[in-house]
Amino acid sequence: MSWLDFFRGRRQPASAAAAKERLQIVLSHERISRDGEDFLPRLQRDLVEVVARYVTVDAEKVNVSLERGADLSTLAIEIELPGPKALKRAS
Amino acid sequence: MAEIIVVTSGKGGVGKTTTSAAFATGLAQTGKRTVVIDFDVGLRNLDLIMGVERRVVFDIINVIQGEARLNQALIRDKRVDTLAILPASQTRDKDALTKEGVERILDELSKEFDYILCDSPAGIEKGALLAMYFADQALIVTNPEVSSVRDSDRILGVIQSRSKRAEEKRPPVKEHLLVTRYDPARVEKGEMLKLDDIREILAIPLLGVIPESESVLRASNTGTPVILEPNSVAAEAYKDAVARFLGETRPMRFLEPERRGLFARLFGGRAA
Repeated sequence: MSWLDFFRGRRQPASAAAAKERLQIVLSHERISRDGEDFLPRLQRDLVEVVARYVTVDAEKVNVSLERGADLSTLAIEIELPGPKALKRAS
Repeated sequence: MAEIIVVTSGKGGVGKTTTSAAFATGLAQTGKRTVVIDFDVGLRNLDLIMGVERRVVFDIINVIQGEARLNQALIRDKRVDTLAILPASQTRDKDALTKEGVERILDELSKEFDYILCDSPAGIEKGALLAMYFADQALIVTNPEVSSVRDSDRILGVIQSRSKRAEEKRPPVKEHLLVTRYDPARVEKGEMLKLDDIREILAIPLLGVIPESESVLRASNTGTPVILEPNSVAAEAYKDAVARFLGETRPMRFLEPERRGLFARLFGGRAA
């Protein structure tokens, strides 16, 4: 980009800053988990097991979503429970 | 039944992942249900180029090893609703990728999608071989540069002899040449291989030519498939290539250097 761009007035926001921020977030997470074991599959299995002790759970209806951020990440585990109608049908 | 397309090149850094992201997004934008799979286990990057790196929970290896269901590992794109991404594993060993596992995943994806793009790693090792093994069509990404053309020729030989279609003596994998980072000004000066030279040497049908463009770096910085960038010659060239892939006839563009007067040279930037 030339210094004349300054006068052209169609400057797009610099994307390199976005690149740096994205890299810092993704690398900070990868460095932590590099040597550690991939715990998510086990966490999911354990959670479903615990919930299944109390209610009927369909393993196919479990959804795990993760949103990584700089300050905090959100791990959401959604377990769909069958309603009374579905249970009646099953029995 | 889905069409399986491998994006491959042999050589690294020529634009396989950029092309996979752009092409998958372009196909999905036409309403085709499209999934793009990263086969580069241990060095995944498609997630970054697609801008979904913060949403990766499970990956292809988790699915192969039965630790997660395919639907849990698929990341649905928020920009184009017919598009999904299956990330590679960043931590696991490459050996975890097996032919049986990949076949199972492709079979399952075939039920839900029209197009399955396989973003191959560089080289001709296991990941690259598995990415091309089940392909119906191949996009050969080539730079106008001697080592890239040679490696493309090498990978064409591998596809012709070691793909499933070749092994089963079925009709061969349909090959498409996609020339990327083409700089018409340097071609004119005789500093870069001409498009016709590359076509003559590789002798496969030309799908498109993507000109060297600043927008490719800008798009990767922000995690946007370059085909979604506004005012970008690379985006236009990828859109043309997708249209040709779907059977449209479109003339090749951006093959001549931009003719610009003194004013444009003083006040204009470089190719967007």
